[in-house]
Amino acid sequence: MDVLGYDFMIRAMLAAVFTGLAAPVVGTYLVQRRLSLMGDGLGHVAVTGVALGLLTNTSPTWTAIAVAILGAMLIEVIRERSNGGGDVALALLFYGGIAGGVLITGIAGQSASRLQEFLFGSITTISVDDVWITMVLAAAVMVIGLGLGPQLFTVAQDQEFAKVAGLNIRAYNLLLAVLAAVTVTVAMRTVGLLLVSALMIVPVATAQQLSRSFRATLVAAMGVGLVASLGGLLLAAWASYDVPGISPGPTIVLLALAMFAFTWPLGAWLRYRRRQRVPFNELPPLAHHTTGEHPHRHGENCGHAAVPHGDHVDYLHDGHRHAVHGEHYDEH
Amino acid sequence: MLNDDPVLQIVDGTVPIAGRPVLRHVDMTVQRGEFVALMGANGSGKSTLMRAMTGLRPLSRGSVALFGTPLSRFRDWHRIGYVPQRPSAGGGVPTSVWEVVSTGRLTRRRFMRPLLPRDRAAIREALEVVGLADRHRDGVATLSGGQQQRVLIARALAGEPELMLLDEPTAGVDLPNQQALASTLATLKERGVTVVLVAHELGPMAPLLDRAVVMRDGQVAYDGAPLADHEVHGPFFGPGHHHHHQESVRPHLDHVPPVLSPMDAAHEEVQP
Repeated sequence: MDVLGYDFMIRAMLAAVFTGLAAPVVGTYLVQRRLSLMGDGLGHVAVTGVALGLLTNTSPTWTAIAVAILGAMLIEVIRERSNGGGDVALALLFYGGIAGGVLITGIAGQSASRLQEFLFGSITTISVDDVWITMVLAAAVMVIGLGLGPQLFTVAQDQEFAKVAGLNIRAYNLLLAVLAAVTVTVAMRTVGLLLVSALMIVPVATAQQLSRSFRATLVAAMGVGLVASLGGLLLAAWASYDVPGISPGPTIVLLALAMFAFTWPLGAWLRYRRRQRVPFNELPPLAHHTTGEHPHRHGENCGHAAVPHGDHVDYLHDGHRHAVHGEHYDEH
Repeated sequence: MLNDDPVLQIVDGTVPIAGRPVLRHVDMTVQRGEFVALMGANGSGKSTLMRAMTGLRPLSRGSVALFGTPLSRFRDWHRIGYVPQRPSAGGGVPTSVWEVVSTGRLTRRRFMRPLLPRDRAAIREALEVVGLADRHRDGVATLSGGQQQRVLIARALAGEPELMLLDEPTAGVDLPNQQALASTLATLKERGVTVVLVAHELGPMAPLLDRAVVMRDGQVAYDGAPLADHEVHGPFFGPGHHHHHQESVRPHLDHVPPVLSPMDAAHEEVQP
């Protein structure tokens, strides 16, 4: 029952590792710029590219890349022209992309199931050539995305400051859009065009539950992406012995979402705790109020948060701040 | 590079926004080491003037020169430290104070090279000058509005600039933070850094001033010795605070995307 022995499985694992690592790199910059849905849009546009490949009998991967890059540039132009409010124009582009794709596939005389390979992924039928393309493009995305990290981060962080720092912000915006387009087509074989964005965004959403810096988010998102894509692939492969019909694409995405579902409450709790423990201002209390009879002694394990307040700590107790004062507690 | 070139010179500067002339025939020169405040009412064009000086707003007439070089050919961006009007720290990914400040070092870094010890030292020093060295690992979003403003100043300082341009650094900042800001600027002034800032009210920065430039209706109305806050809002420099029709006619002159204000409200809640 060793799935690892098959050649197609080796190829699939290579593709999964590379896409799982590369997609969150671009995704982190997209989330930073609040463009989480851009990958989705590019995925829709790439459907037309795939269909053009099927129609002209050329490699759907290359036509998808070409069309997705064109789409990315168009989105960037619309965004720049419409001053940030171009979401309707973007939506029109997305619908045009998927409608055009379905129409052209029909004209090409291809069945819907052929298109479905690209819509929902077919990582286990990936060819040797496609594995090479996937690995080279994913490596390129990672080299550019990490190597130009300082520039891309600065532009994503504050466009005006970046411009006054002498960066060509239009070029970097375009670069990020092109990276997103390439990532979309790279991940197309792994999880499919309709789920591409999940592999870019969900790992970032998972990572930032626990991280406090951009770099930590980026690195952790790559880890989550890797675990999700490789783990999802293997999980689907093993599970399909028992339940035929389990495909890797949705398994990968659901595994990533499960990781998010696991970290989100943890992150929410950590944020709550961090916020609660922010020291109080070092102002003296307005008057000396003491608490009445106090039910217990505050201490390390009393269950009440201890917050620094000048030279002592206040214990948070039912909306009150209790500070030790000799044998009793003061209201601070 | 000649040392007696003015640090900043704008000649016959005219800037239209959406077809309306917002800045009209402005001439202004700043010499090395000066501390200049651009003042004036809302909509007088003071922020637009600052943005024209940085190249963020293209001129339709006239010219801007930085350190004697026309803006179009200016490449020594590390000599400029720009502090935009309001923290745009609201990205979707948590970002540490250190990371934001380190982007200010980009103008001095070589392409595709990691941070050198020299860069790290400059970032640390910038954080110390604004008094946030102990918060460098914290997320920017967890800081108060005034502290975020100081982070942006540290970011500009990290590039070790010769000219600091600050757009309304005191807007919406409480008095203790304004005082922290003033002492930071005093440090810079001692080091010989040229400072140009846009301010509605000077507050604790008033003693630092060498010169005030007051804008009125897109033109320079006054350029000379420092003025007290109330003089700037006198009848001559109007439109005063009761001329609200002036503001409503003009298209959106402050450059803050309004989306950012809910963030500030969130920070207030964090404050005890």
